[in-house]
Amino acid sequence: MLKGAQRPHHRLVRGYADDLKLWRTPWSRFGLAVLVTVFLALPIVVQQDFWLSVLIYAGITAIGAIGLNLLTGYAGQISLGHAFFIAAGAYCAARVGGDLGLSMPWWLLAAAVAGGVLGGLIGPFTLRIRGFYLAVVTLGLVFIGEHVWRNYTGLTGGNSGTPVNAAAAVGPVDFSQLTIAGETYSRNQGYFWLVWALVAVVALLAKNLVRTRPGRALQAIRDHDQAAEVIGVRVGRHKIGVFVVSSAMAAVAGALFGSYQQFVSPDEWTLLLSVQYIVIIIVGGLGTIFGSVLGALFVGGLPALIDRYSTTIPGVRSGAGSDGIITAYTLNAILFGLLIVLFIVFEPRGIAAMWLRIKAYFTSWPFTY
Amino acid sequence: MTDLIQNAFAGVALGSTYALIALGFVIIYKATGVLNFAQGGVLAIGAYLAYTYTNHIGIAFAVAAALACLSVAVLGIGFERTVLRRMVGQPPFAVVMVTIGLLFVLESLVTVVWGFDHRYPTNPWNVQTVAVGDIVLGVRDLWTIALTAAAVLALFVFFRFSTLGLAMRVTAFDPEAALAQGISARRVYAMSWAIASALGALAGVTVAAGPGGLSPEIGLIALVAFPAMIVGGMDSPAGAVLAGLLIGLAEALTRGYQDQLFSWAGDNVSTIVPYLLMIAILLIRPYGLLGTKEVRRI
Repeated sequence: MLKGAQRPHHRLVRGYADDLKLWRTPWSRFGLAVLVTVFLALPIVVQQDFWLSVLIYAGITAIGAIGLNLLTGYAGQISLGHAFFIAAGAYCAARVGGDLGLSMPWWLLAAAVAGGVLGGLIGPFTLRIRGFYLAVVTLGLVFIGEHVWRNYTGLTGGNSGTPVNAAAAVGPVDFSQLTIAGETYSRNQGYFWLVWALVAVVALLAKNLVRTRPGRALQAIRDHDQAAEVIGVRVGRHKIGVFVVSSAMAAVAGALFGSYQQFVSPDEWTLLLSVQYIVIIIVGGLGTIFGSVLGALFVGGLPALIDRYSTTIPGVRSGAGSDGIITAYTLNAILFGLLIVLFIVFEPRGIAAMWLRIKAYFTSWPFTY
Repeated sequence: MTDLIQNAFAGVALGSTYALIALGFVIIYKATGVLNFAQGGVLAIGAYLAYTYTNHIGIAFAVAAALACLSVAVLGIGFERTVLRRMVGQPPFAVVMVTIGLLFVLESLVTVVWGFDHRYPTNPWNVQTVAVGDIVLGVRDLWTIALTAAAVLALFVFFRFSTLGLAMRVTAFDPEAALAQGISARRVYAMSWAIASALGALAGVTVAAGPGGLSPEIGLIALVAFPAMIVGGMDSPAGAVLAGLLIGLAEALTRGYQDQLFSWAGDNVSTIVPYLLMIAILLIRPYGLLGTKEVRRI
């Protein structure tokens, strides 16, 4: 080594390991610290139940969206059947967490396993059916699932739905009434910490998956599955595997959704839910993990905001009797549709791409590229 | 026996509607490579327009239906011009999502303009029936079958004998060769959207004339027509018609024998029969009954 050699510049890449590092630059480590601080402090600063519940739903959605992004963004398998796996997770939580009364790790695990098994059953379809055919088959899954949820009343409570009494408690720690150092926190605060901690765990899992060998295999399959097979990627194994992982994540999201909402009914697991997840990963950015989270925040937050401020937006009817051209629900649906169209036409790579552009601008400043 | 024929007739009528919608899907898919989710919205708009033309403006039903098909065809061309043309070169998945976006916008527009109430377009068919022996045939069902047959025949003649039809077939077969021969791809794309939308509107009008009338959920029928398109093979118009009838039959027969044979499967199991049938057929034939097997190269 040269005498007096300094530490290499943080952008210097000397091997694959450097490329794969999660927190490579001081700035990214600073960003991590900021995120952790926000995570810890936000429920204490923002105590309103409305905002917390919006963020909790967004976090739950983010978990499912990360799963879908693995499947669609990374492996290129279009699935409209995400709602089916989310429903399976919710009902699993209702039975394992509620009826059997097991603690949270168990019902989360049970949901993940149930989702994984269902995904493993559906996954082999992807070997034979490709592209749009797969999209429509998974579309059928939503309808078949809806039929099962409505008729298999022992598991799901049928049309009228089922209460989900899965308690968010691990041993003495109960997230619905958290007590730290003598201070008791509300249910929403506890769930915020629980859900977003799980988002971090799932995101880390997914990130580790995609930045290593399986992830590269998935992307090779997405770009050209036959070419991938020729260079030695075991396509079948990876396609089924990513379906299992993605479904397990969806089921975990479903279990959390059920546990937080305490009640679920078949009306929730419609095609609209699946589409919503697809919108999230498109708006967030296909093939990025943090894009899924950003998308979930954006798409999950927008309807709640419109609902809340519908009285102040001109032309929107807040109740059945009041004036206005359209209801908040309709406005939501229209915005939803426009959002998809506008994003795909003008920013096909989503919010993640916007963020990367901004980042690139500052890293290369004062040069333009 | 009477039961069987009665149910089969209902199945053919239902299947005709599916066939019309699935034909629309196939025509757009063949010409532009797009799986058009917005068809359900287009169908709803067409049906509601026909309702407005007859009930509010007072045009005769047949003219109103034709006018609705025309208006919706213009709408389809509008989409192609304003939105879909920008998507050329984008990954197919993105284009599909755009059509899903359009579907949401269209369905919401329907509720904004016409509200959530059920509407009943004035039509000459109503609930009239014709009795043939023991079998009772609904006039609307007969017309649905006849109109579908006419539309299929007209399309066949159009694609087989007209210059534009030939141009569309060529473009579907090899877009670059078609361009080199001086065929305007724009015209072909616009035309295929127009035809598909008109077919959707026609299906919408026949559905709306039924006992259920018109409600914003009418577009959902297009989602059931998806299996028809897939079972037939995405790029086969003949397959779409065949599979549409097949799926309509399967659904109607399941509904007819629900109490005797399918009570174990839960109420309304007939609604998911199209999807179950689709999955079963795709496992045996991954490219549908008449679809072309995709030739893949590295």
